[in-house]
Amino acid sequence: MSEGIAFTLNGERVDGAGVDPNTTLLHFLRGSGRTGTKEACAEGECGACAVACVVADGDARSRYQVVNSCLVLLPEVAGAEVWTVEGLRGLANGELHPVQRAMVEHGGSQCGYCTPGFVMTLFARHYARPRPDARSAIAGNLCRCTGYRAILAAAESVSEVAAGDPHAARLERPAPPVTAVRFEAGGASYARPATLAEALAARAAHPDAALLAGGTDLVVERNQDGRHRERWLSLGAIPELSGIDEQGAEFVIGACTTWEAIEAQLGSRVPLFAQLIPLFASPLIRARATIGGNLCTASPVGDAAPVLLALDATLDVASVRGRRRVPVSEWFTGHRRSALAADELLAAVRIPNSPPGAGRFFKVSKRELDDISSVSGAFAVWFDGGVVARARFAYGGVAATPVRATAAEALLVGRRMDAASLRDCRAAAAGAFAPIGDVRASAGYRAAMVAELLAKLWHEVAP
Amino acid sequence: MNGPRHECAVQHATGEALYVHDEALRSGPLLHAWPVQSGHAHGRIRAIDATAAHAMPGVACVLTGAHVTGQGVIGPVRHDEPLFPDEVSHHGQPVCWVLADSEEHARRAAAVVRVECEPLPAILSIEAGIAAGSFLTDEQTIATGDVDAAFARGDRELRGELQVGGQEHFYLETQCAWAHRDATGGYVVHSSTQHPTETQSTVAHVLGLPAHRVVCESLRMGGAFGGKESQANAFAAIAALGCQVTGRPVVVRLDRRRDLTITGKRHPFLARFRVAFGADGTLHALDVQLWSDGGHSLDLSAAILGRALFHVDNCYRIEHLRVRGRVVRTHLPSNTAMRGFGGPQAMVVIEEVIDRVARTLGVPPETVRERNFYRPGDRTHYGQEVRSADCIERIWRTLAESSSFERRRREAHAWNASHPHRKRGLAMTPVKFGISFTTTFLNQAGALVLVYRDGSVQVNHGGTEMGQGLHTKVAAIVARELGVAAAAVRTMPTRTDKVPNTSATAASSGTDLNGEAARRACAAIRERLGIVAAASLRCAAQEVVFADGVVRGGGRELPFGAVAEAAYVQRIPLFATGHYATPGIHWDPHAGRGEPFRYYAYGAAVAEVEVDGFTGMHRLLAVDILHDVGDSLAEIVDRGQIEGGFVQGAGWLTSEHVVYGDDGALRSRGASTYKLPGVGECPERFVVDLLPRASEPGAVFGSKAVGEPPFMLAIAVREALRSAVAAFRGSGIVELGCPAVPEAVFRAIRAGTV
Repeated sequence: MSEGIAFTLNGERVDGAGVDPNTTLLHFLRGSGRTGTKEACAEGECGACAVACVVADGDARSRYQVVNSCLVLLPEVAGAEVWTVEGLRGLANGELHPVQRAMVEHGGSQCGYCTPGFVMTLFARHYARPRPDARSAIAGNLCRCTGYRAILAAAESVSEVAAGDPHAARLERPAPPVTAVRFEAGGASYARPATLAEALAARAAHPDAALLAGGTDLVVERNQDGRHRERWLSLGAIPELSGIDEQGAEFVIGACTTWEAIEAQLGSRVPLFAQLIPLFASPLIRARATIGGNLCTASPVGDAAPVLLALDATLDVASVRGRRRVPVSEWFTGHRRSALAADELLAAVRIPNSPPGAGRFFKVSKRELDDISSVSGAFAVWFDGGVVARARFAYGGVAATPVRATAAEALLVGRRMDAASLRDCRAAAAGAFAPIGDVRASAGYRAAMVAELLAKLWHEVAP
Repeated sequence: MNGPRHECAVQHATGEALYVHDEALRSGPLLHAWPVQSGHAHGRIRAIDATAAHAMPGVACVLTGAHVTGQGVIGPVRHDEPLFPDEVSHHGQPVCWVLADSEEHARRAAAVVRVECEPLPAILSIEAGIAAGSFLTDEQTIATGDVDAAFARGDRELRGELQVGGQEHFYLETQCAWAHRDATGGYVVHSSTQHPTETQSTVAHVLGLPAHRVVCESLRMGGAFGGKESQANAFAAIAALGCQVTGRPVVVRLDRRRDLTITGKRHPFLARFRVAFGADGTLHALDVQLWSDGGHSLDLSAAILGRALFHVDNCYRIEHLRVRGRVVRTHLPSNTAMRGFGGPQAMVVIEEVIDRVARTLGVPPETVRERNFYRPGDRTHYGQEVRSADCIERIWRTLAESSSFERRRREAHAWNASHPHRKRGLAMTPVKFGISFTTTFLNQAGALVLVYRDGSVQVNHGGTEMGQGLHTKVAAIVARELGVAAAAVRTMPTRTDKVPNTSATAASSGTDLNGEAARRACAAIRERLGIVAAASLRCAAQEVVFADGVVRGGGRELPFGAVAEAAYVQRIPLFATGHYATPGIHWDPHAGRGEPFRYYAYGAAVAEVEVDGFTGMHRLLAVDILHDVGDSLAEIVDRGQIEGGFVQGAGWLTSEHVVYGDDGALRSRGASTYKLPGVGECPERFVVDLLPRASEPGAVFGSKAVGEPPFMLAIAVREALRSAVAAFRGSGIVELGCPAVPEAVFRAIRAGTV
């Protein structure tokens, strides 16, 4: 159990002893004079604070994972290897990194404030195998000046990794392990146990501790509302809670599995995930955000919930008292409330490993990528011959919790997806919810979307 | 691409470029400020109890009005913004500020300051302001022809109304300033400001000091877009006041939520219009009434409304035109300058009028636009000749051809015929934008150029760098005028102790003004060096040529540095100031007549969109732009301004939605609720061409201003969306909300049914 929060920054050991665990990595960096990394939104939307971490890529190798340092509490990087923009320039000769050179040559910066973040995103992309396309890679970085064309041109111009590149050489070795940490400073404590048993014991002993998975919601709250928490329980070092198993007819997804990992492993196996994940926040968020976190935060507009409702997922919940299973349809008990008891942890999410006959995920938002839904809908339909055997219509953003339109689902069973069944299902769904109006959309528009997304489903999948 | 890159491109990419907060954090221990904000849109403060805050760790001081030794009420035009208000006039307004040894400590202490406030009725919309008679200005009017008589002739007529939304600047670097005392009893304020002189004078005013005791430096800004033209002043004043009170350096940095809830935005407008037109689409008469939402204080609202009045014609000659406008006072943050400065709002209105006329007549809007273009010799409604008016048609025809507009429109029609639930739309819109501050006296600038004995050069000028590439262009002008390499010229941070009494870097005029001032300073030095060089080269002074870092004449050449050294030895001064005052411009606001603009910048854009009929969600598929930058001083910079301005404009019109609640509190108060364009909004096809043969005789080296004009090219996106909506609906007027967020597009498609 480590008492400090030392980590490796740009190849050098840095000690964060005495720093309040509520401090973000970003504020630690800037407060210690490493000001290349910028803060622009403090909620993980803009990527100006992007840094790269060395994470495992299998057992023997590693890769660079770019994250928003504004959403990473400093103790989360205990033992980690972090690279910031200051570390990219060739140490010996001062040469620009190829992605820095490309940004310079293509006019990829104007005011320059977002540039370090873009550089870090492009840096991680530079070494990624396979290298993602430029648009997907920078979907979590905002620039207010350039309009992106020049940044895309810069990204697309970067050539292959050069022989002898020291940053590439690092990836031939394993990543540093994520180890147990216990730490106290500034009137706050942070614990990161390495086993589920320890975590459950800690949860039972301190039910008031904030449960930290990816932090992409909790740390937003910390930044935006200035909430200072006295106790953090991080679940990031527990092997039992992350990873994906195929058991019988199910995929069992550890609650702390990130969306990035789910995309890599299930993107081609679960078609609804393949539709969901590119629209789920941004690559920088998906690197940290977990499937369990998305369920435990119980936001009415969390995008995973409708998909898991449509797939009839089952949740494994653990505590020192034992384990139980909860159907996801019984998980959401109220606005931002779940069935998780004060001493429990969500351990895993089970979904069937065979897809429905047809599945669609639709997200209604002001911006296509890196946005929060006004309304989202996940639809799964199983057919028996030409008629529907089972249907799941699940929505986010239309009620206090993610919900299913069960009356409409029932109406469709035994019928064809034709104009008549659409009319009946629309009518049943339209009156089922009383959505609210807020900054993202009016109540009327949300209510209209309940029916419109069904029409879109019929249009796209009706045989 | 030709010309220089952004002079700090390498520092941007390496993180070495410092911004104000970076400098402050690296300067050593200092105090950090955090505001206590009003929880009411309007109310009277009864008491502030900071006892608990004083007891919190690290707290040094709670700044209140009692600390002000000078004047506590500021404002760029009218002093109507109290730094420590007795009566709060918008939700989120700072009431007092906590200073502590860390930002976290200041923030936690600010949370326990108790403010007792008696709520008062609040005005939260333009309509409510009109109804209550709440205004910040008198009505302004510009008119030409005889509007009332023209309407009496019995032409076809339309009346309409349009609400145009505001826009958050969302500069990536939030407002920031830090202040410290210098060794001689003065104050140095490092501010992310577009207007160092006004920041300096505001600080002096608040501290009760003469201006010479305050130096303001603006090293660079992480974006500004008008949001730091006047609104940086208050935060610099708080930093300096904190420094005066505590004797310690103080930094004020707003986090994003504080920035969004405290500072003003682009003005929302309400427009009511009446237009008379012929069967061929000729606009005969137009009567427009504009109201802008100024927020709680005047700020720059009067001039912004004025620019709206100037630009309601866009590229169109309307024989009888009357435009009236007034600024409404509401209990919201004080709206302020933003790229285009009222021009975009007015141009959205005239394009709305044109589209409604076209759809009433059943002809393409592009046909109505073309029919009404200004021709050479025409004058605007305020009497200024539309110089280079032929550019409008030249750009229009060239772009129609290069973008294959007609062919693509036919293709979109065909595509739409086979897609019942998705529709594509195209539109082409033009831009004419007047260049100069419409407040004539602001059109001046100064520069100070220093040549050292080795031939290296420093340039100081009054303009500020916010990413637009001003320093790059001015350095290029200096290098060209002195005939030295770009690397020989160093641009110094903008400081009020180098060049005093400057204007804001605004109105797209940064290069026109400061570039010409710097060129004049260089010309003075070059003239002196020419005489020195002529003696060495044994030729006439007028034969001497400065180029490529050498000085040539009489078949011989000398390194520039050798000439500088020779001049020094001969006791010739190697520095000079330059001053430029734009000639020939004047404006009489009472008569509504004059020549407020040095010249016009022109451009046009074609946008193609695709709309999903189920949701109203839309994608920008393709953009073609032809824009007039005169003789480009830095092509990579100019293209960046065009592309970035266009995308920012498209954001304003399609995804950026400023939303206040019924209590006057901002609801779109973070990046997660206010959606500026991301990479997904950058079109796959994005073709930008610069108009050839467009040298502008009225500006430095034939160049033209480029900061604001391209922003309005994005109106093509709004009009393309309207065209796609029309494809769902068939004929008739398309009423489309602004911004055209998916919900607004959905409502337009289902007009009257949701």
